[in-house]
Amino acid sequence: MPQDSKSDVKLNLEGMLCPIPIVKVSQAIKGMQVGGVLEATATDPGVLADIPAWARSTGNELISIQKEGKIITFLVKKLK
Amino acid sequence: MAKDDAVTMIVISGDFDKAFAAFSIAIGAAAAGKETNMFFTFWGIKAIQKGNFTGKSFFGRMVGLLNRGGINRIGPSRFNFWGIGRWMFKQMMKSKKITPLEELRKTAIDLGVKLYPCETSMQVMEINKEDLIDEAEPSCGVATMLELAFHSKVTLFI
Repeated sequence: MPQDSKSDVKLNLEGMLCPIPIVKVSQAIKGMQVGGVLEATATDPGVLADIPAWARSTGNELISIQKEGKIITFLVKKLK
Repeated sequence: MAKDDAVTMIVISGDFDKAFAAFSIAIGAAAAGKETNMFFTFWGIKAIQKGNFTGKSFFGRMVGLLNRGGINRIGPSRFNFWGIGRWMFKQMMKSKKITPLEELRKTAIDLGVKLYPCETSMQVMEINKEDLIDEAEPSCGVATMLELAFHSKVTLFI
């Protein structure tokens, strides 16, 4: 995937289940600058619904989220 | 207390499953940047007790013995079978790498979730401040809980 150059922070959430992925994402975002992009991989299918919901309720931008096999990859841009 | 979009939970249940749900929701709310409060009353207090024996009077000690607190001691609302169910659920959760309840509570505390103990419940059950985990807020009553609820968008009774 050509996404490597786009992200500022990478996070591996594979094997983690709700609510831990959300916690890790919010903690990582907290430490980033506005405009920064976080890239994460996860395996919990709940993430497919939860990350978009988290992004909407925190006002951050979900650039993309996709599932390939068991791995879910998503990019979040910090907006505030 | 500026924005009226906090999340406040009243945790009355001392069951493992309900405490699990309560702490999960609290963590989600805190991770979404919301001020999050949990008000523990009656059986719910067990989730923020250290786990030592409590009580002074005969009845108080009976409660302390039969209803001993501590987050690792609370059992599920169904299929507990005197602790066997609790053990079984813990094993099942462990094999699926689900975060243990105690760690969930720690995560909630780290994220700034406030844990309020109900003063009246503590008096009824003869639980002292020293019997609660250090991270618990000073004990309070319904007016404090309602003040938190008034500036919350989400209030849950668990």
